[in-house]
Amino acid sequence: MNATDATMTQAVPGAERAMPPVAGLALATLAFVIAAGIYLAAHLPRPAPGGPAATLIAIGGVLLVVNAAIVSRIRPFAWTVFRRVFGWTFLAYGCIGALLAFIFIFDHTRGAMLGAMLASLVVFTLDIPLLFAFSVARYQDPG
Amino acid sequence: MADVTVEAPAAAAPGAGAPPRPDFQIVPLRAIPAVAVVLVALVVAIASNRLWALDFFHVVGGGLWTGIDLFVGFIVGPILGRLSIPARVEFSARFMPKMLLLMPTLVIVTLAAGWQLARHEGFILSSHTHHGWVVASMIVVGVMAIIALGLLEPANLAVLFELKKPIPNGERIGRLMRRFIYTAGITGALQVATLMIMTRLATT
Repeated sequence: MNATDATMTQAVPGAERAMPPVAGLALATLAFVIAAGIYLAAHLPRPAPGGPAATLIAIGGVLLVVNAAIVSRIRPFAWTVFRRVFGWTFLAYGCIGALLAFIFIFDHTRGAMLGAMLASLVVFTLDIPLLFAFSVARYQDPG
Repeated sequence: MADVTVEAPAAAAPGAGAPPRPDFQIVPLRAIPAVAVVLVALVVAIASNRLWALDFFHVVGGGLWTGIDLFVGFIVGPILGRLSIPARVEFSARFMPKMLLLMPTLVIVTLAAGWQLARHEGFILSSHTHHGWVVASMIVVGVMAIIALGLLEPANLAVLFELKKPIPNGERIGRLMRRFIYTAGITGALQVATLMIMTRLATT
């Protein structure tokens, strides 16, 4: 365990165990993809300028990857609970994401616009399970 | 919201003698078929593009979403804060699993039907005279989504898992419940802004 890991898992007597800012990063990720979705939707029926939307989605994607890397380094951690909550939440929000994707495709959204919408949904459907699973597992006994 | 005080249920703290808790499922499995039926009906409404069905889902879903948010944040919250500790624990164990399924279902129904309705009526076209109001409603809903998904639902889940432990941490449950009730109140207040926008769209 290196110094960073030790900081991440430091036990504080009488208080909650210190954790890295996973929830905050997940919230920021959510904010970026929702902002991208609103930006794209606000330009309909014309395609939105690609730069701002792509930037927002890319920032969201990078934050998600960084967050996943941070979570993977937490030791000790209740990984069994994390995986269980992640799996079920991914199933639920995957269904919601699929429903939204169906709506976009049904409404004849095509090309770069559809690609950006789907990319936002992918980040969304991975970010929410990560946040929920971390929020539960952080309070569980690592076993 | 100012008088919401969900104190830590100290009696549930380790070593203090946990109050009796009802056995419960974190996700109420018996309700999943009902959720599936609602979602299938929503898909049918969207695929058939029937104005009445879209309006029904949007109005009913939005009304329930708004009403429940306001009721939980401003009525249930303050009452919960004044209940005895065992009563709070028992109420939470019965109430929170239902919210876990109900609220996401209402949210997706309202938003998906609302999006299709706006397309049907032309509100989402940037050339529409009321387009600015629609974008404003998207921003309000976006903020609500961030609060609900980022703060409210994780607190809901964490409370349920904590209540499942042999000896729940009372201080933690109190803190998480406080977050749940405050965020429900905030989203309820934002819902009022959405209602103002929606009623303006429907009447002008």
